[in-house]
Amino acid sequence: MPLLDVRNLCVEFKTADGLFKAVDGVDVQVDVGDVLAIVGESGSGKSVSMLAVMGLLPWTANVTADAIVFDGVDFTTAGAKQRRSIIGRDVSMIFQEPMTSLNPCFTVGFQIGEALKTHLALSRSERRKRSIELLEQVGLPEPERRLRAFPHQLSGGMSQRVMIAMAIACKPKLLIADEPTTALDVTIQAQILELLLELQNDTGMALVLITHDMGVVAETAQRVSVQYAGQKVEEQCVQDLFVDAHHPYTHALLAALPERATTRTLPSIPGVVPGQFDRPQGCLFSPRCAFADAQCQSAQPLVQSESLGFARCHYPLLDGKPLQASEVRK
Amino acid sequence: MNDENSPLLIKASNLSRHYQVSGGLFKKDVSVKALNNASFELRAGRTLAVVGESGCGKSTLARVVTMIETPTEGALNLDGHVISGDNPLSDEQRAQLRASVQIVFQDPFGSLNPRQSIGRIIEEPLLINEPTLSASERESRARQMLSFTGLRSEHYERYPHMFSGGQRQRIAVARALMLNPRILVLDEPVSALDLSIQSQILNLLIELQERLGLAYLFISHDLSVVKHMADDVLVMYLGRIVESGPAEQVFANPRHPYTQALLSATPVADPSRVQHRIRLEGELPSPLNPPKGCAFNPRCWRAEDRCRSEAPELAMLNTHKVACYFPL
Amino acid sequence: MSAPSDTPAAVQRRGRFLEFWGYFRENRGAVVGLVVFAIFILIAIFADLIAPHSPTAQYREALLQPPMWLAGGTSEFMLGTDAVGRDLLSRLMHGARYSFFIGVIVVVISAGSGVIIGLVAGFARGWLDTMIMRVMDILLAFPSLLLALVLVAILGPSLVNAMIAIAVVLQPHYVRLTRAAVLQELPKDYVTSARVVGASRIRLMFVTVLPNCLAPIIVQAALSFSTAILDAAALGFLGLGAQPPTPEWGTMLADSREFVLRAWWVVTFPGLAILINVLAINLMGDGLRDALDPKLKRS
Repeated sequence: MPLLDVRNLCVEFKTADGLFKAVDGVDVQVDVGDVLAIVGESGSGKSVSMLAVMGLLPWTANVTADAIVFDGVDFTTAGAKQRRSIIGRDVSMIFQEPMTSLNPCFTVGFQIGEALKTHLALSRSERRKRSIELLEQVGLPEPERRLRAFPHQLSGGMSQRVMIAMAIACKPKLLIADEPTTALDVTIQAQILELLLELQNDTGMALVLITHDMGVVAETAQRVSVQYAGQKVEEQCVQDLFVDAHHPYTHALLAALPERATTRTLPSIPGVVPGQFDRPQGCLFSPRCAFADAQCQSAQPLVQSESLGFARCHYPLLDGKPLQASEVRK
Repeated sequence: MNDENSPLLIKASNLSRHYQVSGGLFKKDVSVKALNNASFELRAGRTLAVVGESGCGKSTLARVVTMIETPTEGALNLDGHVISGDNPLSDEQRAQLRASVQIVFQDPFGSLNPRQSIGRIIEEPLLINEPTLSASERESRARQMLSFTGLRSEHYERYPHMFSGGQRQRIAVARALMLNPRILVLDEPVSALDLSIQSQILNLLIELQERLGLAYLFISHDLSVVKHMADDVLVMYLGRIVESGPAEQVFANPRHPYTQALLSATPVADPSRVQHRIRLEGELPSPLNPPKGCAFNPRCWRAEDRCRSEAPELAMLNTHKVACYFPL
Repeated sequence: MSAPSDTPAAVQRRGRFLEFWGYFRENRGAVVGLVVFAIFILIAIFADLIAPHSPTAQYREALLQPPMWLAGGTSEFMLGTDAVGRDLLSRLMHGARYSFFIGVIVVVISAGSGVIIGLVAGFARGWLDTMIMRVMDILLAFPSLLLALVLVAILGPSLVNAMIAIAVVLQPHYVRLTRAAVLQELPKDYVTSARVVGASRIRLMFVTVLPNCLAPIIVQAALSFSTAILDAAALGFLGLGAQPPTPEWGTMLADSREFVLRAWWVVTFPGLAILINVLAINLMGDGLRDALDPKLKRS
């Protein structure tokens, strides 16, 4: 049984202009020790789906799912109290902006202490000892001194390390990292990714990495789930995805990477991600897809088999060429 | 392209820009050397990329080249006009130069005035610099430019909030091109855009360069984009150029330890590639209090005593220039 | 997560005003305020036509006559009469004119000068900025009514001088607000782009930056409209604003305070008029803030 099993997750936001579907029928499975990357552009719903699992969405969001099971507990039926006791202890999360994720009014030591106090029954001195241990674990030099530091005295990389220390304070079984390195410089990004993988390796926790950077995905993830306009369009293990993407969107996205370009003019995807008012009727990618036909424009595609990367497509690609309807096993 | 004969548009010699930062009530003011002793050239039709991490001085360089700031020391020859700290430009020269150097910013959401329609935004350069033009001429030129940059004529009356990031970046490019510039400074033009949009904008830039013979000063932290776009590269660290040369040389054969570390830290979208990552310890030093000697020495695995006492100069080494005592 | 918007099809979205109205309408208090405010404006404009009597005509046979629903009241003087027999309703209707006159003039003077000084301070930085802001700090350090009193005492008591005094007292708020908004906008890239294409300083101030600073200024203008009315009434009450027999609400209160116990209506109705008016404007200002302040905007 997977550690986290989310089935048919939908999130709708009430906006002034009506309902906006941010996440549309997304499934997520994370096993113990897994490193799953969720990739997508802005508006793909990759962050929202994980925030929904964590129960961190604002009241304007309407979350529905067939099941959100974490470690045997179904969040859709469990009480708020039970859910709260799990979230923050067994599941924790780090965010994109380390500088704003820490409260500027309190010292690092106080904030780590708070994280420990909420979920673990430790005495004051034990908490301090554990805080120092944690800061050492995330590779911050001079941990005793850092405990007294205020967030503005830390650089972006150090703040992200502190955030990670707080996230792993209760030895979570699952860590969700939402674009943890997007705001950081390249050399610092390398340090933080390495740290996350090391921690994952040492503790055996599962890691969900939300990102838009294909390079980061290739270097860190074991499995990749690609989202587009709120839907999961493909899921494969990382090696296979980069060699043979089955969904035309993934395929086009990889082709658009400058480092994979063979010509001076890059292959690009025309148009933009559909928004609230121009959601296509059939396949959401059909207006931008090079292989779309009348069926793609009228009917929502079903999810293909595992061998075709669960591609949500009528004519999934095999070696870059679309399979015809007769070849596809529905 | 053989561009040795194409006109030289930018020639910077020992360009520096320092800022005075108040050190507090009872302390001395500190001078931050945001840009230190930079020399480079840029010819028409070429792309010079400036890479480096935050605080390396690449944005300051952009501001000096676009004349938002004047250099503290050194001279900048821009399209035949010399700018230096003690030789400020006359208003007339400034107006001429404005037409030849324009800029496109990183954030397409902040760089367009939210209260102005697209037409007004694009026409503003004309309104200011060619006041004799009639309103209808301005409008027709603006509409032409819209279609030239891949937008539609009916976008003229709309407001920036109605556009996606990629379209806004096209609008920003359209505005920059209104005065027919010869040099375009591109300050991280695609780093705020989604991957699928990024390639659209890069293609637009490539196409414009080929059609108009523009010179690009391309500032970016994304090495894969730089590799695709650049003819020449400047690698900067803490206000100094540490390595410069033709792009293929710098990428294939990095000589400065920092360049190599930067290249190895950049994630590559190829899971089968074996990583040989150089692990850089520590953080970027504060520009307020840079290390003595070579600015990179506290993080460098090859640093010796000499690196800690005096800063190396940029010098030619076989294929390209590098500022290091112990190049790789 | 980026906000779900900005797609080309979203282009057909409602116009700016409709969007504004959408946000404004959500605040029910604001709509009520707007309606009441509009009624007051209509009364002020058509006071000559709808007022049953002249505001200065004295009916000697009906001194201190109570409102029509009390014993002794007549339908001729619906809200009763004052000590010299003037119709209270007519006076209140004409008084609305003065209140709006005061509000408009004070807001125009204080906002106009305040915004310009604020822009100058925000753009100048350095010693000029420091000097302007310290002067504003000094002005703000006085209790506002006291400062207005001193100014009126120097200029001499009259409605015009009272308005000038109130405008001077309110103006530092605009200066600070504008300067803060300017400092927030200045580092943005669109300002830099305008500088790169060679926009002059004046153009930068008024064409590029000012329109983006207007939202908080409009809210402040609405709120200071009510402050102006209130302060003018207070000055009138103290005998330093409009002079009798002007039917200004504050002055009317002052004229009749000796009759508080004998004829409550002479005092109550002007007071009520001020209260309702100021409340309506403040409610409306809240709605404006909701609709215009992007920080409070829901996506």
